[in-house]
Amino acid sequence: MLEVGLIHYLILAACLFVIGVSGIFINRKNIIVILMSIELMLLAVNINFVAFSYYLNDLVGQIFTIFILTVAAAEAAIGLAILVIYYRNRGSISVEDVNMMKG
Amino acid sequence: MLIANLLFYVLSFVLVVSALVVISVKNPVHSVLFLILAFFNSAGLFLMLGAEFISMLMVIVYVGAVAVLFLFVVMMLDVDFEAINRGFVKYLPLGLIVSALMLAELIMVLKVSVLTPSEKANSSAIIPKDLGNTQAIGEILYTDYIYPFQISGMILLVAMIGAIVLTLRTRPGVRKQNISKQVSRTRKDGVELVKVQSKKGV
Repeated sequence: MLEVGLIHYLILAACLFVIGVSGIFINRKNIIVILMSIELMLLAVNINFVAFSYYLNDLVGQIFTIFILTVAAAEAAIGLAILVIYYRNRGSISVEDVNMMKG
Repeated sequence: MLIANLLFYVLSFVLVVSALVVISVKNPVHSVLFLILAFFNSAGLFLMLGAEFISMLMVIVYVGAVAVLFLFVVMMLDVDFEAINRGFVKYLPLGLIVSALMLAELIMVLKVSVLTPSEKANSSAIIPKDLGNTQAIGEILYTDYIYPFQISGMILLVAMIGAIVLTLRTRPGVRKQNISKQVSRTRKDGVELVKVQSKKGV
């Protein structure tokens, strides 16, 4: 049981993913922490991919990790840009204040 | 082997603890710093799995770009985080229940699933023993996965243009140097020669 195998990496990734989900749940008003929680969840998925890649002796998992990294970087850049212009318009970043487009 | 196991447990323990600190700490600057710690630990785990290129990419892209971007934005915006964090206790029980359920389900699924040897033999891109990790990735990424690679480049381009367009603003009333106007001035509309008669002034 103490010998590290695939299952240990998968459980670690599951823990990390659940921490990310609960971060979104708990910090519902703080959008910066929500973005960071999304990064944690993507990190958990990356750990899954690389662990399977190692234990199945297959390189494709690492290739997909690179693509996930690309998408995560793009998402963070766009999300933070939206955050900055939102703050410029409203003077706050609270999720509750997002009602501009409500009819 | 014992040292490798021990290293795995240390790295994953610090990773999980720093992830917990990221979502629970009040000050977002500390949150970003613990996110950086989590990324470093995951880079160590990737190194243990023989994915050296991904590990270095993690340090360069996540720590060097994404986390620093987060840090910039957190420090740039002057936000009252006390008011934002007020709902923390309110949502804590529900969040804990949901996350405990999800974790239990995930671990139950993992316990019953096993890898069979036939699945191992089916891999399409076997990790070569004689090449380095980076070279092996390059040989697959630029041949079999060239179209996804190009699409990911397009995604980055669109994200870059989107971020620039979103945050660009033209402020009215700012006195800026207009170089083309300056250069295209001629002597005729710049200087006027006036004959001044004595004792009359201009």
